[in-house]
Amino acid sequence: MKLLALLPFAALLGGCDFVVLAPAGDVAIQQRDLVVISTVLMLIIVLPVMALTIFFAWRYRQSNTAAPYEPEWDHSTQLELVIWSAPLLIIICLGALTWMGTHLLDPYRSLGRIAADKPIESKDAPLNVEVVALDWKWLFIYPDYGVAAVNELAAPVDRPIRFRITASSVMNSFYIPALAGQIYAMPGMETKLHAVANKEGTYRGFSANYSGAGFSGMHFEFKSLSSADFDKWIGTARASGNMLGRTDYLQLERPSQNDPVRLYRSVDRDLYKAILNMCVEPGKMCMSEMMAIDAKGGLGREGLNNTLPLTYDKYARRGAPLGTEPTFVAGICSMDEIKDAPSRDVLAPLDLTPLRGVGLKRPPFSPAHPSSTSLLLGQRPKSDS
Amino acid sequence: MNPDLIKMIFGRLNLDALPLHEPILVGTFAVVATGGLALFAIVTYFRLWTYLWREWFTTVDHKRIGIMYMILGIVMLLRGFADALMMRLQQAIAFNGSDGYLPAHHYDQVFTAHGVIMIFFVAMPLVTGLMNYVVPLQIGARDVSFPFLNNFSFWMTVGGAVLVMMSLFVGEFARTGWLAYPPLSNIGYSPDVGVDYYIWGLQVAGVGTTLSGINLVCTIVKLRAPGMTMMKMPVFTWTSLCTNVLIVASFPVLTAVLALLSLDRYVGTNFFTNDFGGNPMMYVNLIWIWGHPEVYILVLPAFGIFSEVTATFSGKRLFGYTSMVYATVVITILSYLVWLHHFFTMGSGASVNSFFGITTMIISIPTGAKMFNWLFTMYRGRIRFELPMMWTVAFMLTFVIGGMTGVLLAVPPADFVLHNSLFLIAHFHNVIIGGVLFGLFAGINYWFPKAFGFRLDPFWGKLSFWFWVSGFYFAFMPLYVLGLMGVTRRLRVFDDPSLQIWFVIAAFGAFLILLGIGAMLVQFAVSILRREALKDTTGDPWDARTLEWATSSPPPDYNFAFTPVVYDNDAWWDMKRRGYRRPLTGFKPIHMPSNTGTGIILAGFATVMGFALIWYIWWLAAVSFVALLAVAIGHTFNYHRDFHIPADEVVRAEEARTRVLVAGAQT
Repeated sequence: MKLLALLPFAALLGGCDFVVLAPAGDVAIQQRDLVVISTVLMLIIVLPVMALTIFFAWRYRQSNTAAPYEPEWDHSTQLELVIWSAPLLIIICLGALTWMGTHLLDPYRSLGRIAADKPIESKDAPLNVEVVALDWKWLFIYPDYGVAAVNELAAPVDRPIRFRITASSVMNSFYIPALAGQIYAMPGMETKLHAVANKEGTYRGFSANYSGAGFSGMHFEFKSLSSADFDKWIGTARASGNMLGRTDYLQLERPSQNDPVRLYRSVDRDLYKAILNMCVEPGKMCMSEMMAIDAKGGLGREGLNNTLPLTYDKYARRGAPLGTEPTFVAGICSMDEIKDAPSRDVLAPLDLTPLRGVGLKRPPFSPAHPSSTSLLLGQRPKSDS
Repeated sequence: MNPDLIKMIFGRLNLDALPLHEPILVGTFAVVATGGLALFAIVTYFRLWTYLWREWFTTVDHKRIGIMYMILGIVMLLRGFADALMMRLQQAIAFNGSDGYLPAHHYDQVFTAHGVIMIFFVAMPLVTGLMNYVVPLQIGARDVSFPFLNNFSFWMTVGGAVLVMMSLFVGEFARTGWLAYPPLSNIGYSPDVGVDYYIWGLQVAGVGTTLSGINLVCTIVKLRAPGMTMMKMPVFTWTSLCTNVLIVASFPVLTAVLALLSLDRYVGTNFFTNDFGGNPMMYVNLIWIWGHPEVYILVLPAFGIFSEVTATFSGKRLFGYTSMVYATVVITILSYLVWLHHFFTMGSGASVNSFFGITTMIISIPTGAKMFNWLFTMYRGRIRFELPMMWTVAFMLTFVIGGMTGVLLAVPPADFVLHNSLFLIAHFHNVIIGGVLFGLFAGINYWFPKAFGFRLDPFWGKLSFWFWVSGFYFAFMPLYVLGLMGVTRRLRVFDDPSLQIWFVIAAFGAFLILLGIGAMLVQFAVSILRREALKDTTGDPWDARTLEWATSSPPPDYNFAFTPVVYDNDAWWDMKRRGYRRPLTGFKPIHMPSNTGTGIILAGFATVMGFALIWYIWWLAAVSFVALLAVAIGHTFNYHRDFHIPADEVVRAEEARTRVLVAGAQT
């Protein structure tokens, strides 16, 4: 009878789209497997505990005088051994699983396979997508094709996708449950995600980290297409009349909600780099440039004067009530110099050799001046006068 | 009048700060104002102000301060729960193109306020209140180490709560989520007073929490009755000690990180800004270095309560006392090594993520051991299913689910798909309601007769229990389901109609919890009305085991006429077994601390200063800060800080108790 009462719930569950449990991408599938295996492992201990709780509560109830009563019994070394070691064993298994799973499914790691039964082949060059979380919409740039889209993402099925993710103003989280786990999108910083879709279809993507008033509408469609359809999609984008230059971006960047899908036939080649380095606005110094200067010892006291008053601070010009007027650091190189600068590709994809149980490689780092490696980073070498 | 002058006097405070355009808030204000006026009128009519001031507001008695903390927690629970209901309602109706009834501007404040209030002004006061009330009694002390500090701590907590409540009607609260991550919480993206209310509300209350932590650590370390070695302390005292160590070690981090955020907001520094070298990731790390221990600050005392309750109502020694203590200590230490699991998705490397994932899982080992210890305490016991025990069993069944989903979330790749989803929401409500709140309810039902001399009404208590427990499952199990469907938290509107049914079920669960809260309030009222029938004359209504039950209910101001001597970790059980007889003669004058109004005055100035800083009323901030210093210094010249309860008064009180005990024994 009780089971019958549960029937409507079972029907409810049957009608749902458990995208986390039935995803369409290999990475998400492996993550789902980890969820399931961990749950089963823990149930080994959780179910007996729950059963014992109910059993003991019932058996040793006050009215059951037939049950033994030992008010002074409070210790048993054997039992203690069991109750500490049983969870310990489970956690050892789970810990090993975690260590392997975390390294294998590290979002920064290039994919090792297309699907469980499909190894990666040399022809499967990854599709690069540059993702920018804006207030409150998503911008996807396809550097390989020179097109871009707002609030729509398309990718060919069974082709690895390499996302580079940043944000324009506040923190968001880039998440397509059917494809792969999420990763934060943060301004002035880049995160990465590697994924592949194995099934054609249209899936939901959204921001999974609250980012302000328009957060609820900050979702997009992820279209997993056959490679012919994908080419068609690129064609549609190229046929659209829109262009995305820096000024267009500054317009686009302004807060707006529930934006419709928009395709761009061409994109400023360095737009993503400029967004990441927070220098889309003309005349602003790029962070990469600033870091390069600082790595060489900085501009010294003169650098303090290299600021200009800020006239546009995303929403409005504003500063702290007791602080100085808001400023920004003026650029000293021209845009072209930045374009030619070597790309800051310190987080290059790892090699595809199997795991050796160690973590990620450290990014290569060669100090411009030996003394700048001192603990007091940014301290100028004394000999330098 | 000159606008510059007005700005100087009122800062950015003006009539627009009153939310007259929001009918929900105007309605709420009308209700609150009417209630407040009625309360004020009643207190004035019965001439209770002097009584309240002399006996309660200025009291340094840990028992009364504990009770005031509990009242604060329960009042704030009503506010925090109102927020919860509003969210559940919004999410249940905002489908099929409907925008719901809350605009983003309001909804975003509601979920922020819900989190802040429930953690800082419900769970914390209730936990601190119970510790304040019970710990000195359990260790056989007359009061806490620093009774004045205790009063001051309480009023600072109230000050923080007042600021947060004020944001409802003057200005607005933060729209950032309960941890106010920058850059969103920085001046650039949240220029309004909301985040400032958040900062100063928490800073003022944080001073109180930190000081109260120091106070209780000192109390437990220094004021234990003779014979009570560390390994003879009751488990609740142990968990309180660990909790307060955690408070002392972690709240300064919160204070510091909020101070850095306020520097960013007030003087234009760049700690957490996007540019000029600032980095919001630092804030996320720092706030969770406080935030994770905070979770254990809340749950450890609850574990202590369950230990006391299980042993008492099973009529049996606690199984595995030593391993219980070590488990608590291990959890205390490990709680500092896991903070990064709150943001696996921020792009740390795989090795860092695995380290924090595995340390998190390791915590489940001592926690599991505790669970087994309670289980084997029940084994071969004689379990009386009074209300505290019912809450404990409900906890054991509920908490393991929350623990399991917690360990699941500690697996980084699993967290990538479940982070920030409603699965996460379900998980932490599962542990905070199923662990902390159930524990607090067990504790309230358990110690209420000690505090007031009569039990809580069991009928309404059971009603409340069943509404709460079933309401919890109805409200949060659907969120687990929704999380697996990839639904993220803090959404205001939905476009997938198939999700609606689950939100409706969750809203129904919230409604059941509302009935549970209602039944609990009725339970208090009914118990007060039936207090003669529910009277406890023995001081030990549950046949309990620890020292607080050795004295009368309610205990006299001085707690124990003679400091008890402890030979066993179930001290009172041991005394009963050995045929302990209350001493009836030989009473001496008892040295006690005097009441003082300084605590409430200092906290008042601190609150005014917070308000002034929120609204940029610089002169008022300066004046209240100077006044704060002056009163604090002035208080050091107060030489009337203690007195002696004369011996004949002690004799009278003890003789009265003897008569009650004799009368009780005869009936």
